[in-house]
Amino acid sequence: MINTLRILTLLAWRNLWRNHRRTLIMLGAVVVGVWAMIFMTALTMGMVNDMIEDSISVLPGHVQVHHPDYLDDPNIANLLPMPDADIEKTFANAGFRAWSTRIKVPAVVSSERESRGVTLLGIDPQRERPMTFVDYDAVEGRFLEGPADDGIVIGHKLADTLETELGKRIVLMSQDPDNDIADRGFRVVGLFHADVAAYEEQYVFAGKQTVQKLLGVGDGVTAIVVLGDDYRDVEPLYDKVSALVDGGVTVSRWTELDTYLGTMLRVMDGFVLVWVIVIFLALSFGLVNTLVMAVFERVREIGLMLALGMKPSSILGQIVIESMMLLIIGLAIGNLLAWVTIKPLESGIDISVVAEGMAMMGAASVLYPQLRLEDVVLANTVVLLMGFFASLSPAWRASRFQPIEAITKVN
Amino acid sequence: MTAVRCVNLCKTYRQGEQDIKALDHLSMEVEEGGFVCLSSPSGGGKTTLLNAIGGLDKPDSGEVWIAGQRIDNLGKGDLAELRLHRIGFVFQAFNLIPVLSARENVEFVMQVQGVPVAERRAKSMEILEEVGLQGLEDRLPSEMSGGQQQRVAVARAIVSNPALVLADEPTANLDSKTADGLIDLFKHLNEHHGTTFIIATHDQRVMAYAKRLVRMLDGRIVEEVEQNAA
Repeated sequence: MINTLRILTLLAWRNLWRNHRRTLIMLGAVVVGVWAMIFMTALTMGMVNDMIEDSISVLPGHVQVHHPDYLDDPNIANLLPMPDADIEKTFANAGFRAWSTRIKVPAVVSSERESRGVTLLGIDPQRERPMTFVDYDAVEGRFLEGPADDGIVIGHKLADTLETELGKRIVLMSQDPDNDIADRGFRVVGLFHADVAAYEEQYVFAGKQTVQKLLGVGDGVTAIVVLGDDYRDVEPLYDKVSALVDGGVTVSRWTELDTYLGTMLRVMDGFVLVWVIVIFLALSFGLVNTLVMAVFERVREIGLMLALGMKPSSILGQIVIESMMLLIIGLAIGNLLAWVTIKPLESGIDISVVAEGMAMMGAASVLYPQLRLEDVVLANTVVLLMGFFASLSPAWRASRFQPIEAITKVN
Repeated sequence: MTAVRCVNLCKTYRQGEQDIKALDHLSMEVEEGGFVCLSSPSGGGKTTLLNAIGGLDKPDSGEVWIAGQRIDNLGKGDLAELRLHRIGFVFQAFNLIPVLSARENVEFVMQVQGVPVAERRAKSMEILEEVGLQGLEDRLPSEMSGGQQQRVAVARAIVSNPALVLADEPTANLDSKTADGLIDLFKHLNEHHGTTFIIATHDQRVMAYAKRLVRMLDGRIVEEVEQNAA
């Protein structure tokens, strides 16, 4: 068996290089195809990852806990049934990567010139730091210093819209649990920048305790937000959080909180597979053609090997090995080429020329290609598996030759 | 014991509108250790008979028995196994695998048989020396003359000591000195190893050695002569 495999491998290797030019052309096609598969997948997954990470950092975390009615009616009346202090006791030692409680309600912010509807986030800034899209260190002015901070942080774009600036006062209005207007003036202590311009206009940050006081909700909060290690593997985190809270609340995965993103993730995963398969299908025509040519050039020697006692299955194996060798070399070079071209781009590709379009999709103006091991494995597996099946047809034909007809064939 | 038995073999080829009887109710027996030469005018059926005996071609009717085993009804895999272990072939043309060197071509059958590398290396070098190709072991077929290629093919056919060697014009491309050496080698194998030879040939030197001469015409045996080997 090993002897047969050795001779098959030797024959396959030498036959591969018998027609250098044809092999090199096919090899080039495989390399470019594999490179395109991995490179485009890295760009796509980079964009998807960016959109999801951004979105998760804006609001959902990976898992959230709410009052059962909050998601349908994000009203301050739908506070979580347990006070902040009890949540602190329960969650503090659970070993989460990051977690926080917040108040998130709709509000109206007004300057002396303009008013805008916004989403008010009452937060504990230290707890939120690993979960937010705002880079505290890049904030013009300062970010909130604690949950009792009296200042407010708004986005640059909102400041422009309101025609206000750092140090000026703005008025924030929302509803309290009794449906009365709750309002107060805040001094703008910081202006944040976001990769997605829409976020700069939508979100305003204030201290959690300050907002609790404004809305008169004691130490009530509207959400517990928990961050895990991997947004793709959220189920264990979901189970852990569910085990910590009683049945009077709703625990939601980020894919349920942002169904658009959750669906997009699944679609993009499927798109990557389709993309890889489509490229390979194009490649497979060349591959099958090359193998058919190679087989028909060698009809007589295949007949000779059969006549000498080589089994048809070994002839089939030889052609398949030849195909696999070509693909493995192509994969190795293609993978290397993809790695060499993607690595330098991981620090980001500036696509600000299409920033507005990207922002509409919730993506930033800098694209970070993401070379994921599972995508590389997927591309390699698809190429090898489909290559194997594509090579079966010419290999099968070769193995069915009648020895004497093949030997006496005149080219 | 009978090495080869053919019973009432028939084989017809279609050539254009015409049916050509390559084998016409041919029956023949060859004992173990026999040395049989088949001769006929071109198209007389000797190559078809060799192919039928070697399991390379199926007769339309009749039976072929090798060492007591009927082979004309075997499947492809069993026939391949039979050829691999029991029969050595020397074909009239196109004998070698182009991408393998002379030594690798000789080793090919042994390698498929699963002979350990050291053993097959030693045997192949020995047999190549016997057929006068020492020093040419690493040459590819394209780097050898027709005669040299034929000697490599002969070396491959006999290197694993098959019980039966079927050869189609084995000396056709050889000079007289090499042909004599090859005939001596066949004699040696026939006399000392009991290898059975069935050779299709027009070469008088080969025929001179044969223990039995079979003359064929239109797919039938028209004359059989037993003779004392030279």
